[in-house]
This record gives sequence, structure tokens and C-alpha cells, in this order.
Amino acid sequence: MNINLTMFAQALSFAILIWFTARFVWPPLIKAVEDRQKTIADGLAAGERGKHELEISAKRSAESLREAKQQASEIIAQAEKRATAIIEEAKENAKAEGERILVGAKAELDQEVFRTKESLRQQVADLVVSGAEKILRREIDAKAHADILSAVSSQL
Amino acid sequence: MSTEQLTPAEYIGHHLSFNAQSVGDTGFWVLHMDTLVVSLLLGIVVFGFLGWVVRGVTAGVPNKRQAFVELLMEFVDGQVKTIFHGNRHAFVAPLALTVFVWVLFMNAMDFLPIDVMAKLVYEGVFGLHKWRAVPTSDINATFALALSVWVLMIFFSIKVKGLGGWIHELFCAPFGSNPLVWPANFAFNLIEYISKPLSHALRLFGNMYAGEIIFLLLGMWAATGLVGTFFGALLGAGWAIFHILIVILQAFIFMMLTVVYISMAHESH
Repeated sequence: MNINLTMFAQALSFAILIWFTARFVWPPLIKAVEDRQKTIADGLAAGERGKHELEISAKRSAESLREAKQQASEIIAQAEKRATAIIEEAKENAKAEGERILVGAKAELDQEVFRTKESLRQQVADLVVSGAEKILRREIDAKAHADILSAVSSQL
Repeated sequence: MSTEQLTPAEYIGHHLSFNAQSVGDTGFWVLHMDTLVVSLLLGIVVFGFLGWVVRGVTAGVPNKRQAFVELLMEFVDGQVKTIFHGNRHAFVAPLALTVFVWVLFMNAMDFLPIDVMAKLVYEGVFGLHKWRAVPTSDINATFALALSVWVLMIFFSIKVKGLGGWIHELFCAPFGSNPLVWPANFAFNLIEYISKPLSHALRLFGNMYAGEIIFLLLGMWAATGLVGTFFGALLGAGWAIFHILIVILQAFIFMMLTVVYISMAHESH
């Protein structure tokens, strides 16, 4: 139970063990643990960043999809409008053309009628003249009554 | 059994005798070879193991050995972190680890069955008649640790506050710097500086020594007949299980007090 030299010898071995632990055991161990903690923290941060970036790009892709849809519908609307316009224009053109053709046909018809009338008139005049000639050949001189005949034919 | 030829006093005395080697004339120049050899052997084995693990340490995926040592380190580091505010990795945390591990293993020598080891190993193999296997039940060992911590405490006090600051604190804390209370302050600090290593060393020593005595008493009871053997074995088992707690708890308390004393030395008033 006495305090003796043992205490100092024991204290010396304690000092040696403290030195050994502080010099060789603790620093590499704490360094390894802290390095690993840093690695894990970095990995977690990178994962978080990746997640964030994914969210952003998902948002961006949805945005551009929406834009593309909008553009497409605009284009379709424009195309429809254009198609309607073309159809309208074609209709207009067709109507105008039809009118034009109609007018031309009418004019031709009128001309034809006129020409027919003219020839008919001529034929009637000729017929009348020839009839009158036949009648008058016996009674009157054709030369003497030519002015009357022409006045008649002009009234036809 | 050898106990049958011994009186109870001889039995206990035999188990409580140190293997003392005299290296001088007076009673002071004595070395307890059992305490020194066992503690040093444990130190070499345990800290050699730690050093061996740390040699192959990696910051990547640790193997189980390294994970275990890291668990131990994290435990000690966590305790130190709550008490000591400063760069603990330079000295305080390694000190705490040293104290905890070494005291734990010195205490754990109490788990060895005292009579079996004395008869078969110490006497049978090494021919040692007197051999006490538990270094922390030697008051020299616990005082060696406590006084080393005490010296470190004063060293850090002076290092942090300067010699003048330390002396100022001796006289001006805790009651104030009025010259009238200087004697009271000094007496207070003196008592504190004396009681700290005393309680530190004696708490550990008392627990381990008492644990050993109870094992011896139960061993003696076991030698008195069939009933004694039965109850001695039963209570011995119970005490051994309870002692596992004491061994770990005392090592933990010793470490915590070490850290508390050292960090108190770092704080100025």
C-alpha cells in the first residue's frame, strides 16, 4: 500500500504511451476519418447539385416543349387561315372567270343573233325582192321601183 | 486446493502481496514488478494493436478492424468535444484515448479468475509466488496516472495563462480580487489542487481494490463447504457481471475527469 518508486516508473510508462498515442495513433486516424467525412460530404453535395440540375433541366425541357407546342399550333392556325384565304381567292377567281366567260359568251351570242338577224333580214329582203320581182316582172319595171324596194328592205 | 492449508488472513494476504523488488535501501526504492510488467505489457499489446491498425489506415472504405478503432476514437472524441473547447486533436483527445484504453485494460485484468491464474499461470508457468494482476488496484499506478494529469493540469494552466496569470488566479479566484479575500482564495485553490489528484486516484483505486477484495471474500466462502461453494459461485458470478460495468465505468470516469481537469486548466477566470 506504500507509495514508492513504482509510481514514478508507472508515470514514465504513462508518458511514453501518451506520446505514442499523440504522435502515431491519433493524427493518422483523425485525418482518415475527417478525409472520409469530407469525401462523403462532397459526394452528398454533388448528388444534391445533380438533383437540382436535373430539376432545372426538367423545367427547361417542359418549357421548350410548351413553346414548341405553342409554335406548332400557331403555325397550324396560320396555315388554316392561309388555306381559307387561298380557297376564298380561288373562289373569287373562279367567279370572275365564270362571269368573264359568261359575258364573252353573251357577247358572242348577241353577235351571232345580230349576224343571223342580218342574214335573215337579207334573205327576207332578197325573198321579198325576188317575190316582188316575180310579181312586178309582169307589171312594173324593177328599175323604176328600186328606191321603194330599198326603203322597204331598210325598214325590215 | 491450496486454500485449505491457508488461514483466511494468509489467503487474502497472499493475494494482496505485491511482487516487490527492492532497488535501494529505504522503503521508497521498491518496484512492484507485477504492476509494472502487467501494465506495460498491456500498454504494448493494446497500443501496439492501435499502432498496427493505424499503419494501414485508409480514408476510403475501412475494414472491420479500422472501423472498430475508429468507433473507439469517435467515442472518445465525442466526449472530449463536449468538454474541451480548443484544438483537442493536438493533445487532449489523444491523452483521453490513452487514459481510457489503458485504464480499461488494466481494470479488465480483474476479469481473470484470481485463484486459477495465481495457481496455474503465475505460479505454475512463471514460478511467481506473489503476483497481483490488476495494476489499478495498486495505489502507485492510480496515483501515477492522477499525478501525471495533475502535472499536466498545472503545465497547461501556466502555458495558457502565463505564470503571472496562474498565480493571479490562485489568489483572485473564485471570490474576487479584493486583497481581503486572497487568503480565502488561496486556501480554496490549495484544497482544490490537493483534492483533485487525491479523489482522481483514490476513486479508481478504491473501486478496483474493493472489487478484488470481494472476489477474495467470495473465494474464501467457496472454500467453506458445499453451501458456501454454491453461494460463493452464484454471488461470484453476479459480482463478476456487475464488475464488467464497474471496470468500464471507472475507466470512463477516469478519462472524463482527466479531460475535465485539463480543460479547466485552459479556462481563465
